[in-house]
Amino acid sequence: MNQNPFRPEDAGQPPSLFAPYASTVARSPRQKLVRIPQTMTETTGPVGVWAQLMGPAIADLTRQHAAEPIGQRIIVSGRVLDDSRRPVPDTVIEIWQCNAAGRYIHVKDQWDAPIDPNFTGAGRVITDADGCYRFTTIRPGAYPWGNHRNAWRPSHIHLSLLGQAFATRLVTQLYFPDDPLIEIDAIANAVPLEARARMVARFDIDTTQPNYALGYLFDIVLRGREATPFEDRHE
Amino acid sequence: MSNRNPLGRENPAPRLDNQSGESFGQTPWQTVGPFFHYGLPWKGGADLVGQSDLGARPELFPANHYVLNVAGAKGEVAGEKIEIFGRVLDAAGAPVSDAMIEIWQANAEGDYTSLTGSGAGFTGFGRSATSDAGEYRFRTIKPGRVPGPGNALQAPHIAVGVFGRGLLKRLVTRLYFADDPANEDDAILALVPAARRHTLIARFSHAGVWQFDIHLQGDAETVFFDI
Repeated sequence: MNQNPFRPEDAGQPPSLFAPYASTVARSPRQKLVRIPQTMTETTGPVGVWAQLMGPAIADLTRQHAAEPIGQRIIVSGRVLDDSRRPVPDTVIEIWQCNAAGRYIHVKDQWDAPIDPNFTGAGRVITDADGCYRFTTIRPGAYPWGNHRNAWRPSHIHLSLLGQAFATRLVTQLYFPDDPLIEIDAIANAVPLEARARMVARFDIDTTQPNYALGYLFDIVLRGREATPFEDRHE
Repeated sequence: MSNRNPLGRENPAPRLDNQSGESFGQTPWQTVGPFFHYGLPWKGGADLVGQSDLGARPELFPANHYVLNVAGAKGEVAGEKIEIFGRVLDAAGAPVSDAMIEIWQANAEGDYTSLTGSGAGFTGFGRSATSDAGEYRFRTIKPGRVPGPGNALQAPHIAVGVFGRGLLKRLVTRLYFADDPANEDDAILALVPAARRHTLIARFSHAGVWQFDIHLQGDAETVFFDI
């Protein structure tokens, strides 16, 4: 198995401390991260055991209950790639989101938008040999939060990936095109402007299914392996 | 695919988005937020050696919305069974009740199961949500030694990832075991300033049980790694 280390994070990652997102202030380290070389611990990960860990795929979030949930039915499709554009096959994407009214099925979500008894908003899919994935859900709503006066989260879907190794772990959020809340959102804005567009899905008429659901494309790019076996990057 | 217009007209210039070539790069991290409990931790996710429900917090959402599974049956796991627990604490020392910890470790022989294909009994991966008191807990085995830089063996350790509301991206650290003579020669520990090394060493609590608190900030701030 290829044990080459993974390339560093690129410039598009958010910092741990981003004061406009108030919760980061007391929960982000102040000391500089200690740079370490990747060892076998970092270049391996729980590959190929996702079913044993979390269970089988749940690719349709609209069919988990007695009836269909309220909301705009959508299909989200794309590829998981590494940063050299190579597909990442057989990797799990865990999915969670709020309902069409912007309410999470979580006791600590105290907003009074209605619960939808037919929508949980959790699923998982596995990439195929070409790194492709696809799931069906409803478009989540926007919701207010306590970060600052009149703060609203843009519609988003949480996506969690294990990738090829401990080093390639990623949790991100998918946003929707033409959402005016993105540019005033403290969480999306923690990402440098030039990389923010990577989190915005594209509406796609070819992914859209006639008389069924709107389609969106969203590729996810993980750290890829260095071309050379070992480069001791620490000083 | 571009957005073809079935009416045969030209589309206006597209704005940059996920599919734009000029924005290609690693997908940015975003926080898991406070409401991940029905989406990420699964029952048994923190029990790498037994069949308990450890790791999940199903009390945080209605039972009929539990769509994730209970972990599958595990085979007999070789090695010294241990428990590790600790609290996640913020700058003020207050417990972080909406954090999540992931661990990744070798088996007792010092093998990563994804390399040996021996993960049927022991995957080496676990996930635990923190409680209202900010506490996480895993049942696992003490890992064996794995090769490190220069092929010297590393001291037994567990890779740890910290997620939560207010954490825009994962924080990465390592858990080592107190009083393990191999700690002295560990190449990764040696990169950590001596005065802060103790933040990576789990404290022996009682037989088979180790305590490892994670301080996100403050005087006792845990050492986090750039990997």
